[in-house]
Amino acid sequence: MRLSYPTAIKIIRVPCTGKVDTLHLMRPFEKGADGVYVVGCREGDCHYNSGNFRAKARVEQTRKVLDTIGIGGQRLQMYNLSSSDGPSFARFAEEMQARIVAAGPNPIRTVLEKRKNGGTQR
Amino acid sequence: MIVAEKKPIEEIIDTVKDCQSILVLGCNECVTVCEAGGKKEVGLLASALRMHFLQQGRDVNIGERTLERQCDHEYLEEIRDIIDLYETVVSIACGVGVQFTAEKYQTKPVYPGVNTLFMGANEARGVWSERCQGCGQCLLAVSGGICPVSRCAKRILNGPCGGSSGGKCEIHKDVPCGWQLIIDRLKALGRMDDYEKITPIKDWSSDRAGGPRKVVREDLKL
Repeated sequence: MRLSYPTAIKIIRVPCTGKVDTLHLMRPFEKGADGVYVVGCREGDCHYNSGNFRAKARVEQTRKVLDTIGIGGQRLQMYNLSSSDGPSFARFAEEMQARIVAAGPNPIRTVLEKRKNGGTQR
Repeated sequence: MIVAEKKPIEEIIDTVKDCQSILVLGCNECVTVCEAGGKKEVGLLASALRMHFLQQGRDVNIGERTLERQCDHEYLEEIRDIIDLYETVVSIACGVGVQFTAEKYQTKPVYPGVNTLFMGANEARGVWSERCQGCGQCLLAVSGGICPVSRCAKRILNGPCGGSSGGKCEIHKDVPCGWQLIIDRLKALGRMDDYEKITPIKDWSSDRAGGPRKVVREDLKL
């Protein structure tokens, strides 16, 4: 298909989205990631029955925490697709990129970068 | 197990907003099972606090530790060597753990990170419900294994009351009538004769009415 999608995205493979814990969703933001999205199988198609539903619940839970602490829950999103659905994968990546561009940089990253560059944020 | 639920992060942030270093202390027992105060929740709360303070440009040292239990001296001793690295402790164990930690480390402020609710069972994924109130004088032998103290809103020992309708309690349509459950269970056991027996007035002195309770086992003392 040779589809293209935004290069800013780093893919982390997991055996099933059910493996993704709330902590896995929090840590990237703590390290400065601007956004995180979880791509699972279509609802009802999980090989382990409920893996993607667990991921969905954890994404919702983490979004609330991110909203509470001012990072913004919209930076985290769950998508579902079939494993052979390349066009949707590329579309989700574009969609997420647009969402993050609209949200602006993660405020944590701004602080971390200032510190790295010898800023006086401390 | 003891069932607790997480306090809202806003409330915890407000409590520790002026602190410079915080130890988030979890417990591997009941609160881990009810997903309110175990190792994962310690990580989640610590991460949220870190991000909150980082956004303000503040360098607050947030430590994470989860003990086997916070209600035993032996396990609480494990943090003696690190406790002084922190200005304050947020304990996400049950109220027992919070208090025992505070008692052990007298000069360290210890704040609760969960609301401790009741002794209950895990009915289904994400659902916990009360089963025992620790009244100190168990009646389960005469009530078919269903507790009238914890399952009946009025703690009636010879029920049901007039508020029982269609198997539900009058306090809420989703609350089963404890006495309906008892009767159903006695029927299933073929022990409806027991239902006719009048349970005498209960001695509530072993409940909270007698003040803070204590068990002393001379046979176990060293």
